[in-house]
Amino acid sequence: MNRVDVGYEIPSRDFRITRETLVRYAGASGDFNVIHWNERIAHEVGLPDVIAHGMLTMGMAIQVVTDWCEDPSALVDYGCRFTRPVVVPDDGVGATLHVSGTVTAVDDNIATVSLKAMCADVSVLGKAIARVRVG
Amino acid sequence: MALNPDFVGRSYPPGAPYLVGREKVREFSEALGITEPVSLDVDAAQSRGYSDVVAPPTFAVRLVMAAAESVALDPDLGLDYSRVVHGDQRFEYSRPIVAGDELLSHVTIDGIRSVAGNDMITTRTDISTTDGEHVVTSYTVLVARGTDSETA
Repeated sequence: MNRVDVGYEIPSRDFRITRETLVRYAGASGDFNVIHWNERIAHEVGLPDVIAHGMLTMGMAIQVVTDWCEDPSALVDYGCRFTRPVVVPDDGVGATLHVSGTVTAVDDNIATVSLKAMCADVSVLGKAIARVRVG
Repeated sequence: MALNPDFVGRSYPPGAPYLVGREKVREFSEALGITEPVSLDVDAAQSRGYSDVVAPPTFAVRLVMAAAESVALDPDLGLDYSRVVHGDQRFEYSRPIVAGDELLSHVTIDGIRSVAGNDMITTRTDISTTDGEHVVTSYTVLVARGTDSETA
């Protein structure tokens, strides 16, 4: 990919997360924690409803970076903190995750992208940062 | 309950190798809403120089969580696994995981601390091929929520 400047905003993307998304991700990832599919248990442990797997959110968020750089080998590292749950109601609509990213540094052909993952106007990932090879 | 600090620095031998399956990579990719052909289509992957479909960046979590769980469930550690949530996660990549890789996970306990009544344990998982090629290293923080704290 070509060189990129600090401040560049990579194309953002919306992801819809429904109960079906959670069931599919549970099967694909092997994470069958009940708080991701069982309302009764979710309520019992003090959650407002079933919540998405943190790793599902993390896996969706990085796609704005991989879509942008178009090279699976370009990713150097990627990390985030799971700060707030993505609540997924069984209402036929589910939740929408809005992911955007800004290039915050470029050093030695490595661009640092700071990601923002928002659900219902609340940030759900903290310190979500990916570094990719550019240039 | 405080965790046993003697566990810091402890490492665990890898179990049986994990063979990355083509259909598993596709299933995982589809579950994340990935449309990138390199993760779904063998010809597309091979035309880009990969031997098979390329797993998404978070695919390693399958290996990481299995490894972390085996550590977390050690009764001598004193972790109440029913209260555990994933606090944070970081991956450092040498290259993407590709279908056909046979991977071994070496887990080390990097740190144990207690913050505001929550027990936190950091594990490092080095994932390499059975030939010894490093693929990805994961740093995982698991948090056992204190009984009086808010849900993270």
